[in-house]
Amino acid sequence: MQLTNRSKVASVKTLNWVEQLYLPAIIKGMIITFSHIFRKKATVRYPEQKRPIANIYRGLHVLKRDEEGRENCTACGLCAVACPAEAITMEAAERKKGEEHLYREEKYAAMYEINMLRCIFCGLCEEACPKDAIYLTDRILPSNYARNRFIYGKDLLVEGTTPETRIDISGRKKDYEMNV
Amino acid sequence: MSQLLFFTLSAMTILSALVVVFTRKPMYSVLSLIVCFFTIAGHYILLNAQFLAITHIIVYAGAIMVLFLFTVMLLNLNADSDVPKSGKLRIAATITAGMLFVTLLASIKSTTLGDFAFPPASDKGLVQHVGQRLFTDYLLPFEISSILFLSAMIGAVVLAKKEKH
Amino acid sequence: MIDWWLILDKVILIVVIFVVSLAIAAYSTYGERKIAAVIQDRIGPDRAGPWGILQPLADGGKFFLKEDITPKDADKFLFILGPSLFILTALMTSAIIPWGKSFYFGDHEFSLQVANLNVGILYLLAVVSIGGYGIMIGGWASNNKFALLGALRASSQMISYEVPMGMAIISIILMSNSLNLREIVDMQQGFHWNVFYQPLGFLIFLICAFAECNRAPFDLPESESELIGGYHTEYSSMKLGFFLFAEYINMFISSAIISCLFFGGYHFPGLDSLNMSPNIAAIVSICVLFGKIFFFIFFFMWVRWTLPRFRYDQLMRLGWKVLIPLSIFNVLATGAWLTFVK
Repeated sequence: MQLTNRSKVASVKTLNWVEQLYLPAIIKGMIITFSHIFRKKATVRYPEQKRPIANIYRGLHVLKRDEEGRENCTACGLCAVACPAEAITMEAAERKKGEEHLYREEKYAAMYEINMLRCIFCGLCEEACPKDAIYLTDRILPSNYARNRFIYGKDLLVEGTTPETRIDISGRKKDYEMNV
Repeated sequence: MSQLLFFTLSAMTILSALVVVFTRKPMYSVLSLIVCFFTIAGHYILLNAQFLAITHIIVYAGAIMVLFLFTVMLLNLNADSDVPKSGKLRIAATITAGMLFVTLLASIKSTTLGDFAFPPASDKGLVQHVGQRLFTDYLLPFEISSILFLSAMIGAVVLAKKEKH
Repeated sequence: MIDWWLILDKVILIVVIFVVSLAIAAYSTYGERKIAAVIQDRIGPDRAGPWGILQPLADGGKFFLKEDITPKDADKFLFILGPSLFILTALMTSAIIPWGKSFYFGDHEFSLQVANLNVGILYLLAVVSIGGYGIMIGGWASNNKFALLGALRASSQMISYEVPMGMAIISIILMSNSLNLREIVDMQQGFHWNVFYQPLGFLIFLICAFAECNRAPFDLPESESELIGGYHTEYSSMKLGFFLFAEYINMFISSAIISCLFFGGYHFPGLDSLNMSPNIAAIVSICVLFGKIFFFIFFFMWVRWTLPRFRYDQLMRLGWKVLIPLSIFNVLATGAWLTFVK
């Protein structure tokens, strides 16, 4: 029974004497490799040239602030629960008087760490977050020499307050989220 | 200049030959034998026998010693794997070496050491001359030795061939 | 009376050839990587300097700065002797190659050949035959089974392929009636290149040159997939660099010898009719020879990135059962042609 058109009948053919010389086959192979010299190259020169990244690409995480520059995260722990790799850990703290411009709600994350060596970049933390606080971005996790430097704390995760240091995640938001 | 070269080469030849005999490591023994062959080739060049010198290197240093080295490498001989010689063997070795010594002594005694003089530079050792002599005056020995090589080759093939059962 | 001018000439020439050999060997590594890349639809090294042309310097610097490890049970002296001998024999061959026509400064002739030996081609065979020692000694001294296997493979391969190589050269000697490399080159003036008269001899010599240089498809002594580098498994730093460098020098020299023996050396059809002054003619002849050499270096690399490696029994069968009978036939045919036809 033939399943596909690509199937071939295996044959163990003995070579005739011209084929046994191997020279014609070698010359044929040399011509093939020579023709490849002039083909278009597949290389992407990485730091200067980047491949287009899809909107839904799941790269390095960011902890978002709201429009007034206050941290969104309330340290509810849903992301840590959702994380299949158990890469997220956090400590909650209560907002003091005078810290209203720093944190949006009364509870905030005093410590928030993601172990990037455990993280599988599945995006479930982002799905779980009820406060629009954590997003995966199109940035790529940089390499490092020491394992402990892959544990990213709030200093590396939270975006800045100035417009230039904000991380744009509008591409990741779904249409209905944007309209809210 | 030539004398200086001659004495340097001779000293190196004798020294490397002594190392061949006295060193305990077979690998070094083989390597100093190669050095010895090179210095002998140097002597040939001093006598303007370039062809002989080069052939000497190709045949002895390049082919035969490679096989020696091959064997030594495969056997991996060490000083501690040396089997102690039996008394009989020692006596036989002493007698053989003593006889060789007597022969050498006799031959040295019968030679008269004349004045040392370099032979005048000639092109006897160059390839054209050697070839002409080989194929005219020494044709018969040359052809006989080629038959010897042929028989050695056939013998090797016969030995290497697997017996069919 | 010692001819000081001659000694000065030779010293200058030796230094120039030495530097040029090393530079070409260094840039061959760059060329190899670039050619491998373009054949595989990639770009290759392009970070060190424009188009990556400083890459060999970076590689060399890295070799110098790496830690030099000598294995504990290695034979210390032979471990150093191996790579030194290998690169020495690789560099020695260049002495007999006529690199071009002579320069003339007034009455003084500056010959572009270090040693115009009466037995030039035999010298080549002698150096090739002792070339295997570096690998053998290095491989044995490493005290490592992979290195030993690589060394054994290298030496048996070199011995096997020396025979047909010598036979191919003998047919050239029969044609040209001389062992002198310069005379062989001068005999091919015009378009009387030996390759047209000795196509079979050329093919045999080319295959043997690949085998003697341990180049793919005959790179069994250093096959990285089965012997993890073969004879240079235990080597590091500049000693490893010597081994790798010597391979490229060997490739350069064998390209030069193929050009001289079969492709007219520094001659090119039509060049002699231009009536150039001797010095310009010398420069042009050097360029012609180097053009041919670069083509063959490219050819070596082209073959490497096309053909897969032989199996060991295939290698031996090709050497002893195909090339040696073919080369004997070639010698006989050449002799018969010279005796009965010409």
